[in-house]
Amino acid sequence: MITARYHREIPQRYRLEAGKCAKCGYVAFPPRLVCPKCKTKKFKTINLKDEGKILTYTIIRVGPDKFSKETPYAIGIVEVSDGVRLTTQIADVDVEKLKIGQKVKLVFRKIQDDGKAGIHMYGYKAVLV
Amino acid sequence: MVGIVGFGAYLPRYRIKAETIAKQWGMDPIAIVRGLQLNEKTVPGQDEDTITISVAAAKNALLRAQIDPQEIGAVYIGSESHPYAVKPSGATLIDAIGIGPHVHVASYEFACKAGSEAMYVAANLVKAGEMKYALGIGADTSQGAPGDALEYSASAGGAAFIMGSEKVVAEILFTHSYTSDTPDFWRREGEDYPRHGGRFTGEPAYFKHIMGAGRALLEKSKLKPQDFKYAVFHMPNGKFPQEVGKRLGFTKEQLEVGWIVPWMGNTYSGSSPTGLAAILDVAKPNDLIFMVSFGSGAGSDGFIYRVTKEITKVQNRALKLRDYLNNDKIYLDYGQYAKFRKKIKLNE
Repeated sequence: MITARYHREIPQRYRLEAGKCAKCGYVAFPPRLVCPKCKTKKFKTINLKDEGKILTYTIIRVGPDKFSKETPYAIGIVEVSDGVRLTTQIADVDVEKLKIGQKVKLVFRKIQDDGKAGIHMYGYKAVLV
Repeated sequence: MVGIVGFGAYLPRYRIKAETIAKQWGMDPIAIVRGLQLNEKTVPGQDEDTITISVAAAKNALLRAQIDPQEIGAVYIGSESHPYAVKPSGATLIDAIGIGPHVHVASYEFACKAGSEAMYVAANLVKAGEMKYALGIGADTSQGAPGDALEYSASAGGAAFIMGSEKVVAEILFTHSYTSDTPDFWRREGEDYPRHGGRFTGEPAYFKHIMGAGRALLEKSKLKPQDFKYAVFHMPNGKFPQEVGKRLGFTKEQLEVGWIVPWMGNTYSGSSPTGLAAILDVAKPNDLIFMVSFGSGAGSDGFIYRVTKEITKVQNRALKLRDYLNNDKIYLDYGQYAKFRKKIKLNE
């Protein structure tokens, strides 16, 4: 990930900023320019609540190069407020004990490093509550 | 009245027992645990650093203060494990919390007292009338070389304090700082682990500076140790804070609530600040709190706080220090710990 793209995504990755359609209330995360439901272009910026539940998950046992030393780790789909669903790592957990439906909280964590000398990149991960 | 309007702490879930480290290096676990009075310590997750710990602590402080983050005029983070050599940790924190961009941000460094420095400057900016609120944080993911005595203590955690003048939960009555050039512990640029002067870190460093700041604070305030409900000192191990408290005239009971080091380890810049957070979690109106930090190099910052009636309104708004200390612990063996702390040399 290049620094410019990382910088552009900070509102979503750091603060869970989403767009709420001013007409029909559809919540887009990340924000969209046009509402996929009612086609309006008026959105209000909201912050998603940081609590949700695990809809499903998978355990990564052979990770991509950058994450190969962190296996096994869990990636899940978490549903938060307004029906928004996020794909995120579920951290600080014995992956064998995870269950669908468990309540989680989204916390601020380091996602990856851009190599040994590049920037640290942060964002949200889920932890059990 | 200027003081703390919101406070919050955070500790990672991972732990390693002192016994596990002692066995790794062929040391007697019983002698180590008894000698250092350390049972276990926190270990940061592979995705945790000073920035993420500071954000978690600051979120708890905001939950308690219930203020608009946009009204915070300064953010200072004290640490000796800032993730960047050049780039302030607070720059990331403000965007995570929703502070700024009209805000003054800086990273502080003074070994284990960088957190109390951040608190001192934040409080005094409010006192000077420069801003409505200022945030001071002490957080670390401390380093200790494999096999070194520091490996038993160097842990991770932090505490955040929002300073202000309205709805103050703990008024700052007096402060005093005491500093000298004392080479007891240091880390040169580019070095992975700090070096220390062994026993030299005791009398001429830790005890001299805490006693210096502590005695001056008592003199300045005309208060006696028995006037205080609680006292907290920098906690490099279990023994030192108990000993320095005794020398200054405090009892074991006054130290007990803030003496979290046997189960947390030394969170360096977060050490006395997390101890203070543990005290504020349970303090009652009108309690007096005596706090003296210590940072190698060397110096101490002393504070006297008086708890106000506002405290009971905020205590249950966020997780308490002991919630983090006692719940949901995940224990690591030495191999996992070495991996988590990046002590294993890998192919690039």
